[in-house]
Amino acid sequence: MEYKDYYKILGLERSADQAEVKRAYRKLARKYHPDVSSESNAEERFKEVNEAYEVLKDPEKRAAYDHLGAGYQSGQDFRPPPDWDQGFEFHGGGYTGADSAAFSDFFESLFGGGGFRQSYGHGQRRQFNAQGENTYARIAIDLEDSYRGATRQISLKHSVLGADGRPQLRERTLKVKIPKGVTEGQQIRLAGQGEPGIGDGLSGDLYLEITFNPHSLYHAEGKTVYLDLPLAPWEIALGAKVQVPTPDGPVKLTIPANSTNGKKLRLKGRGIPAKQPGDMYVVMQTVTPPAGSDAQREAYRQFSDAFDFNPRQSMGG
Amino acid sequence: MERKELEQVSGVLLDEESELSLSELCRACGMPAERIIALVEEGIIEPRRGAAQWRFSGICIRRVRRVYTLERDLGVNLAGAALALELLDEIERLQAHLAQLEERHKR
Repeated sequence: MEYKDYYKILGLERSADQAEVKRAYRKLARKYHPDVSSESNAEERFKEVNEAYEVLKDPEKRAAYDHLGAGYQSGQDFRPPPDWDQGFEFHGGGYTGADSAAFSDFFESLFGGGGFRQSYGHGQRRQFNAQGENTYARIAIDLEDSYRGATRQISLKHSVLGADGRPQLRERTLKVKIPKGVTEGQQIRLAGQGEPGIGDGLSGDLYLEITFNPHSLYHAEGKTVYLDLPLAPWEIALGAKVQVPTPDGPVKLTIPANSTNGKKLRLKGRGIPAKQPGDMYVVMQTVTPPAGSDAQREAYRQFSDAFDFNPRQSMGG
Repeated sequence: MERKELEQVSGVLLDEESELSLSELCRACGMPAERIIALVEEGIIEPRRGAAQWRFSGICIRRVRRVYTLERDLGVNLAGAALALELLDEIERLQAHLAQLEERHKR
């Protein structure tokens, strides 16, 4: 098991006072909150920060942790010395944090005993029944999955009550059917796939929030899908028939003569196939070819002669 | 850590069109009715208009859950969480727009 330097995680000196601990925690919690942060490892960092705060905010846990000594390096292999916590009382014991199942083995080995384990034991003896909690997770799918429906695998970590009355971490893989026509932000409810109930209680439900992986061609807003379509200047000016990709397969599209850059063409019902299918919009983008050869430079010269065109007119140029 | 056999499961889709009663929304979000009512009063979620009883769109679950985690993890109050939620929505929209413009610029 790895030693965790809780001070380093919060960016603090060992001499920091309780007010500094709280301040550092608040700042980092805002920075790494998975709903707020755009950092890629936000969730992991957020858990780490919470774990560090769980220990350092409590003067007794902090004193016990400090007692381990400053001699350890972060990440160093660690075994708690026998009776390391002798003389410390963890009032209220165990965890107070909301998401304690996510805490590390290191935390568990130091603070996992005591009150938490015992109170679980008591509950068992009294034959206490309660419905399991709902759990919430996100699942990232491709846009194409929503067009066709798909089956995706998802790994979930659960804490379950072991035979000894202690919660254990268990990993579970589910194959989830993604219904056709889902859009971002929608939820799939999987009945009975949440936390197991206690005693005779039923299991909770699992809610999966849909998000889309970024796509190289399309982007979706709700059930509307957008595609940028590159066009040559002569195609946009003279009109053209071009083949356009859609998540459903290519279609032939007529570009009207005298189109303008940035204008949208609507493909009705080609957006996400929800109960009421969305539309797809093709955004026309002019692309100019570089003049590489003499013939091409001559063509541009003729182009210029044929037009009395000043693209900087609005700048007064 | 134990591993369990792979099971194939399919669920119920909760989308904009699905309708949840107050008690269904409470159950879905794991929250008492008073909390949901407070969110409606703050204007964070809106029941459908016109119905005699409150009916919520399935998309509300995400908003309720996000407000809950913001309150729990960051110690903000309901109004603060509501503001954060609106700003986050706006940032999400702008980021999608920016990503699109950057993609266009690359060509």
